[in-house]
Amino acid sequence: MTDITNSIPKLDAKDKLSGQALYVSDIQIDGMIYAKTVRSQIVKGKIINIDIPFLPEGYFTVSRQDVMHKNVVKIIFEDMPYFATDEIHHLNEPIMLVVGPDKSVIQSIVDQIKIEYVTEIGVFDDRDAPVAYSFKKGNPKKVFSKATQVIEMNYQTGLQEQAYIEPQGFVAYEEGEKVTLIGSIQCPYYVKNAIIDALGCEPNQVRVIQAAVGGAFGGKEEYPSLIACQLAVALKKVHKPIKLIFEREEDILSTTKRHPSTIHLKAALNELNDVVGLSADIRIDGGAYIGLSSVVLSRAMIAVSGAYTIENIQVEGKVLRTNTVPNGAFRGFGAPQMIFAIEMFMHHIAKETNQDAFAFRMRHLARQGDKTSTSGVFRDPIILEDLIRVATEKSKYHSKALAYSQTGIHKGIGMSFFLHGCGFTGSGESTHINAKVKLFKTEAGLVKILVAAVDMGQGIRTTLPKIVSSILEIPIERCIFDYPDTDFVPDSGPTVASRTIMIVGGLVARAAKELKETWIENKEQSVIKQYVQPDYIKWNEKKFKGDAYPAYSWGVNVVEVAVDPLTYQTKILNVVSVYDVGKEIDERIILGQADGGIVQGIAYGYLENMVAVDGKIKQKNLTDYIIPTALDVSKMSTYIIDNPYPLGPYGAKGAGELTLIGGAPAVALAIEMAVNKKITKIPVTPEYLMELMHHDD
Amino acid sequence: MMIKFTLNGQLVEVSSDPSRRLLDVLRQDFSLIGVKEGCGEGECGACSILFNHHVVNSCLLPLGNVMNQDIITIEGFKTTARYQAIEQAYIDAGAVQCGFCTPGMVMATESLLHLNPTPTDAEIRIALSGNLCRCTGYNMIVEAVKLASERGKGLW
Repeated sequence: MTDITNSIPKLDAKDKLSGQALYVSDIQIDGMIYAKTVRSQIVKGKIINIDIPFLPEGYFTVSRQDVMHKNVVKIIFEDMPYFATDEIHHLNEPIMLVVGPDKSVIQSIVDQIKIEYVTEIGVFDDRDAPVAYSFKKGNPKKVFSKATQVIEMNYQTGLQEQAYIEPQGFVAYEEGEKVTLIGSIQCPYYVKNAIIDALGCEPNQVRVIQAAVGGAFGGKEEYPSLIACQLAVALKKVHKPIKLIFEREEDILSTTKRHPSTIHLKAALNELNDVVGLSADIRIDGGAYIGLSSVVLSRAMIAVSGAYTIENIQVEGKVLRTNTVPNGAFRGFGAPQMIFAIEMFMHHIAKETNQDAFAFRMRHLARQGDKTSTSGVFRDPIILEDLIRVATEKSKYHSKALAYSQTGIHKGIGMSFFLHGCGFTGSGESTHINAKVKLFKTEAGLVKILVAAVDMGQGIRTTLPKIVSSILEIPIERCIFDYPDTDFVPDSGPTVASRTIMIVGGLVARAAKELKETWIENKEQSVIKQYVQPDYIKWNEKKFKGDAYPAYSWGVNVVEVAVDPLTYQTKILNVVSVYDVGKEIDERIILGQADGGIVQGIAYGYLENMVAVDGKIKQKNLTDYIIPTALDVSKMSTYIIDNPYPLGPYGAKGAGELTLIGGAPAVALAIEMAVNKKITKIPVTPEYLMELMHHDD
Repeated sequence: MMIKFTLNGQLVEVSSDPSRRLLDVLRQDFSLIGVKEGCGEGECGACSILFNHHVVNSCLLPLGNVMNQDIITIEGFKTTARYQAIEQAYIDAGAVQCGFCTPGMVMATESLLHLNPTPTDAEIRIALSGNLCRCTGYNMIVEAVKLASERGKGLW
């Protein structure tokens, strides 16, 4: 049998290339009408009056008065209404929908709706912290009191917009009592469960189907549930198929983004200048509603020591509530912020104590058998030193670092080490998700893969059939994976947290093995598999103690830059990445994920600048929120080193998020070398660099 | 107003407001759904079409401007030998992820190779710089264009 890693053509590539793949905006239904959202014009305050003009026949408004059951989006924290109450908490909060047959008439109605507000002063600082967690490892108090030196630094990260090229949207229709939503979504069952809660209906009265998804990156994890709830309520009022597609500006101004953070770090050093204690205070801006922020915070906190082992740790974390657009899931989910901070900090500690930064960081690397930040155990082999060796050789890191350290060169090279916990944090997989997958074999011997996982570009429409075909030793054409439809697929969990191949793919592989053993020709058969947490994984959610993840993927990024000494613009010259993702299910797919991830991660570090001032986001489209173009990308080389994880399919672990999270510290460290100033904030914009260069420290 | 133009090789007539965006005319009146709307302001390139064989954002093009001009969308282009070469190159290079930018990228590729059958890496990057992709990091797309150029000798 050939190695599973050998690339095959993506099964959905031809449909996408020829423009035949159906994205939600491409779907037409007879008698379909349209919807547009009316949004708050203020940041905080109360609605005192809404004046709705005369509505022509066939046009309706749908607002909280029409809510049938609960006006709240079912996420982890149930605090976000899908139609604003009288209280407005952020700019562009959805107040009502205007629906009807003609888009231009809808727009003129939206323009004529007059809303009177009493404006209040918004909160944009740290005074409201509805979520606060803390945990410790070892005895941080003792090591800090005995430390020979204590070093402190403060790091800041900015907003980042997912900028999927396809904006959010749904098509919704009714069949009798049943509502069906076809959407650009990551999590069909999140949407389904949110609608059940919103309508107070039975599960069999809601059906959710995935359309082709034009990119998501976390942005279509929890946010689509809000639109879906609005449309479900609208359907129950107007009883006609409705399409709602966001315009780009609306999408950028009203949907969730990556949480800005402030991370204060303190290290206790011993007489050998080793870090024996780490204390962290992590604050993330959740925006006006908490949503998923508590889980994002957990991941950031658990990533506190990055790819290093530090024996004594104290971590405090807070979600701040501010009157800005709520922040939410984005590839990396709290880890990119923390990995940026700890990587810069390790480098800064070395500088501060006149040590060679590379040797200092190597001395602290995590090793198999070490205790994790939450006092769990790194059980599986860690091959980080191999990754680092390959990365330094391929990038010529050491010789370049030496050359670029001279003044007047204006070039730099930076290297980041990082890990990413695969799957849900803590006991999420076993207690909250409990994934279930099904394989169904038809009489004719076609094997249908029935899971709720979504292909949003990451390639699971190819990799899941590839796993099944390889185990069953049947042609891949006979392994069918259609877009998930909740009427037919079991809840295998959301398409998030780098869990799809490892968890869902692992279950699919087990189901395929069983089907192979029990295979009977010309007979319908089905196999169902449910996730069981390995019994050695123990996690105490309250105390943040134990194994936070079943497995970890590891990575090293090296980024080389030139900084223009006049304009302070950064140019990326070269990128080398080395990853341990267990085993690649398809080499070309992994390399593509790696390219896309590192480009997003590097851009997070130096290019993508989004700022909210007093609750108002200043960038509102792709003209002023700059994401990389083909011209901003340099040569990139990626190397994958196998380190199979026993419970993943063929040894595969998580990959999608890993490839993003080391980009920002690598580029920031490269810029730091080029300008010889301490970088403590991302994005490293020319404006920030100019401030640094003109500030004598 | 009656607007006549050539669409995917056929002469068509549209009686409509000349200020309508060509993007909407193509999607709504002709059901050419391979033309995607990503931003509506000429920044992302998902709505790219060929206007007299030059790549253009159809969201910025008023219908009135295409009077007597030649318009090709992915639906018209996909029947050609050039498309076959580009398609195979994109598949082999791994240049397709979510696919939303892809038809636009293909149009930009055709526009480039039509003018310059053997572009350099830098020329490819410039030619694709009007088309945003958030999934691939571009290098596999650049590779696909190079592959198409190498394999498609004589096609352009």
